[in-house]
Amino acid sequence: MTWSWDVAAAFLPELLAGLRTTVVLTALGAVVAFTLGLVWVLALRSSSRCLRWPVAGFVELVRNTPLLVQLFLFFYVLPSAGIQFSRSTTGVLALGVHYSTYTAEVYRAGIEAVPAGQWEAAIAIGLSRTRTWLGVILPQAIRRVLPALGNYVIAMLKDSPLLALIGVADMLQHARAHGASTFQYVEPYTMVGIAFIVISYPAALLVRALERRLVY
Amino acid sequence: MTTGLWIHWFLPGILITLELTVCGAALAAVIAFIAGVGRSARHPLVRFAAGLYVEVFRGTSALVLMFWLFFVVPLAFHVQLLPMWAAVLALGLSYGAYGAEVVRGAIAAVPAGQREAAIALSFTPAQQLRRVILPQALPEMIPSFTNLLIELLKGTALVSAVSVADVSFAAQLARLATGESLQIYAIVLLIYFVLAFAITRGMRVLELRTKASVGQLSTMEIAR
Repeated sequence: MTWSWDVAAAFLPELLAGLRTTVVLTALGAVVAFTLGLVWVLALRSSSRCLRWPVAGFVELVRNTPLLVQLFLFFYVLPSAGIQFSRSTTGVLALGVHYSTYTAEVYRAGIEAVPAGQWEAAIAIGLSRTRTWLGVILPQAIRRVLPALGNYVIAMLKDSPLLALIGVADMLQHARAHGASTFQYVEPYTMVGIAFIVISYPAALLVRALERRLVY
Repeated sequence: MTTGLWIHWFLPGILITLELTVCGAALAAVIAFIAGVGRSARHPLVRFAAGLYVEVFRGTSALVLMFWLFFVVPLAFHVQLLPMWAAVLALGLSYGAYGAEVVRGAIAAVPAGQREAAIALSFTPAQQLRRVILPQALPEMIPSFTNLLIELLKGTALVSAVSVADVSFAAQLARLATGESLQIYAIVLLIYFVLAFAITRGMRVLELRTKASVGQLSTMEIAR
């Protein structure tokens, strides 16, 4: 094992710069995933088949195929359709759309777990459909599924280095660039790997604590 | 899309993707059982070692692990792995860690009376595990294993980033050759979708079989 602390020290500023990008893009991706997931689940519960079936098909297709291929599809096909996004925006969109199919499933479980009496009570006191959803159902459903959503944010964090493959300057991309220019691969890649463990393990502990607090 | 693209790139690519899925799943299953049983072991040191493995490999990113095995291991340990082997190792190590949690959960879900009965019949610990605990835990694991297998299939696409010629790599070559990005990536997504569908159906059959073998199959499921 050849490990040089000098190289590690030289890479540290780049690692931190990449870390910032990784965290920011994961957070933005999570916002997209949480929002779109809600859209999918509402469409899946609509009474119109014309809305339900295409959305169900889309969600299944996206969930069962690799994020990497979807990322390249976004990256190479959107510009030819005349839509110009930056690399980071494309990455956030791909990450968000992919994980929205997971969050949709999570929301669905949460909504189904809300007791029927809550719906009936909302009807009984004459709440409108919108207010029933926003004031009664969703607050209870989302509270229940917060830990599951948290787990998917951690999964998104661990999938975010895929964005390096379209040139987004995240931690992995910084390590690749550092390796390409100095031929020092050992320290950068090892540090990036450890950085992921250092972030995701406490995050997982946090989610587990949240689980205990909310569920029981 | 010409037939040449199919014969030279896509079909061998699909084969590599399948190979990676099968070999990766086999390695992951072995690791998952060892680490999962280890996490349920009585000895605290065994539990700690298994737990450490699971947290480290679940905690890091599969893609970063793959780059690490490809670029760091040869430099740091002077061991050059074949690309295919490094890819299988990366997939097996990361998904094995997820699988270990599934195994641990399923073992914990076997009623305590079963283990006590096995002890009362003076089974050795190995016999308890092999004859009593695992056969009953297995049907519990299969739905989660199905999900993991789909994740593994999706994870095999990562190998194209380190130039293993799987079906995603074929897509990149075909894109460079023809420029028909939308068509090519749509076809590749469809290929993965069909593979995932086949895995889901196959695992469903396996679940019914393992349930039937320990008498857990309800009459309703037999009728279906």
